[in-house]
Amino acid sequence: MSERAQLLLAVADDELILGWRDSEWTGIAPFLEEDVAFSSIAQNEIGHARALYELAARELGTSADELAFDRKPEEYRCCELVQLRLPDWEHTIARHVLYEEADAARLERLKASDDAEVAGLAAKIDREEVYHRLHAQMWLDRLRDEPPFAAALDELRPLAAAVLEPELRNGDTAELAELWEEMTMVRRSQPAGTKW
Amino acid sequence: MAREDEFLEYVQSGGQVETDDWMPDEYRARLRKFIEMHGNSELMGVLPEREWILRAPTLQRKLALTAKVQDEVGHAQLIYRVVEDLGKPREQCLDDLISGKSKFHNVFHYPTKTWGDVGVIAWLVDAAAIISQKALLKCSYAPYARIMKKICWEESFHILHGRDVVLTLMLGTDDQRELVQEALDRWWAPLMQFHGNPIPTDEDPMYVWRIKSQGNDEARQQFLDGYVPQIWELGLTVPDPELRKDEKAGRWLYTEPDWDELKHVVTGHGPKTADRLDLRRRARENSAWVRSVLLAA
Amino acid sequence: MGSLGAARSVIYEVFRQERKGQAFQHAGSIEAPDERFAEWYAREQYGRRGESTALWVVRRDALQPIEDFVDELNRNYHRVDGYPLKEKLKEARERAGTTPPRGS
Repeated sequence: MSERAQLLLAVADDELILGWRDSEWTGIAPFLEEDVAFSSIAQNEIGHARALYELAARELGTSADELAFDRKPEEYRCCELVQLRLPDWEHTIARHVLYEEADAARLERLKASDDAEVAGLAAKIDREEVYHRLHAQMWLDRLRDEPPFAAALDELRPLAAAVLEPELRNGDTAELAELWEEMTMVRRSQPAGTKW
Repeated sequence: MAREDEFLEYVQSGGQVETDDWMPDEYRARLRKFIEMHGNSELMGVLPEREWILRAPTLQRKLALTAKVQDEVGHAQLIYRVVEDLGKPREQCLDDLISGKSKFHNVFHYPTKTWGDVGVIAWLVDAAAIISQKALLKCSYAPYARIMKKICWEESFHILHGRDVVLTLMLGTDDQRELVQEALDRWWAPLMQFHGNPIPTDEDPMYVWRIKSQGNDEARQQFLDGYVPQIWELGLTVPDPELRKDEKAGRWLYTEPDWDELKHVVTGHGPKTADRLDLRRRARENSAWVRSVLLAA
Repeated sequence: MGSLGAARSVIYEVFRQERKGQAFQHAGSIEAPDERFAEWYAREQYGRRGESTALWVVRRDALQPIEDFVDELNRNYHRVDGYPLKEKLKEARERAGTTPPRGS
């Protein structure tokens, strides 16, 4: 697999798994207006993943759905931070803050890529991420002095570096395997290539 | 008494009522309860579908289903705001929902077992809901009628999504076709109960006050007219041997739904009622500190 | 308590413009801790499906409702019925010996 494809998959897998995790809050976020807002963030992340997969898919001769669903857990290249199941809001927002910060730096690099397609897509994604960063900032400003949040931020901070540095990634965790089971259970119930 | 009579005549001839207008106590109480139940239903309707957001088998389905559920949360927001402006704060509505004091529609008390349910719910349950919601566009209480416009517009996307899911399954493998039929077999009875037991409109206070502009039976007939042909044209069967249209009378005939079962479910005894209220309660408790920091709520 | 002090839920009214050139119309209301959150929530609740081209978001308590209008002395010069032309026109035509133009 080319370096380009590997890079695209790493970023796509991050956005896919994070989007999947964030979408778990739809319907049960702390209050209704935030529920609607956070669901849009989750959908945007999945949308970014899809666009990145499509770019990689053209090179690899496959499709975005096949890349998103039909690999084994050990083939995913996402960082540990996004794989974690975080069932409370303080951890979820802490992750959101840390990820958006690291991702901003990553997108700057991608926007400067010699590869016009990658640079172009990174620019598009970044224009949407502006809003995600605003969202993370407004929550950070409200929660930064709250002990549960401050603790969560400290706890997760060491994992943020791997967003930018793929060499720091250790591969799949047990939590990813569990998520993968659920994510793919309907799809796996029928032969590959079945339309849904 | 004269003022109430005047008000009744006013709404019955199409008059619209705004938040700060005078309204009879009975009108306000019934109205608020009705709208609150709608809000509860949107919020509880999220839960049966949530599980499948995580299991959606393509990226497009994942996005469409997440957007659908997001719309329902958005509808709950719109509706509870109307209730709040009528005097009952959102937190109190949520308290009463979780404690079982207030109700939500029957269909959200049932389990979703397969991807087939996802299609059938979005196609048929949302269709049944949209029939009621279109009738509410003419509600005498204007703030509610106005939000119904946005709600109906968004619901139309849900039905498209449902239809797309079902059609794709029906064009797929034998297993996939079976998913749809099996889901339909389970959802038919709740669908037939959805619009409520038949009450003559002049005995239905919601109709008398023009909160609803359509009787329960009329809504059900409209649903059958619109959707049984759609079901049959796909080669699906409806699990009611009595179901047919009496063309002369212009009415659908069917096995009378079990109205006791409807009452039993809606008063909090559905198969998934306890689980789902419990999920709501725990989610709410866990995030209470967030609300107190952000909203002093 | 948070570096910005204790927040309180505030109601914001949202007005939306569906297409450029159209009037802004009241769309609904949201609850938010402050302007930044209100902007985020309004954009999502009233724009995520691309249904609006612009929004105005304003605190409910900044709006001034006006519902009382006075016209005790019947200001008919503000209405069409304050200008009774029919009789005068008939008389003027008779005086000039003309017939009304077709269609008038």
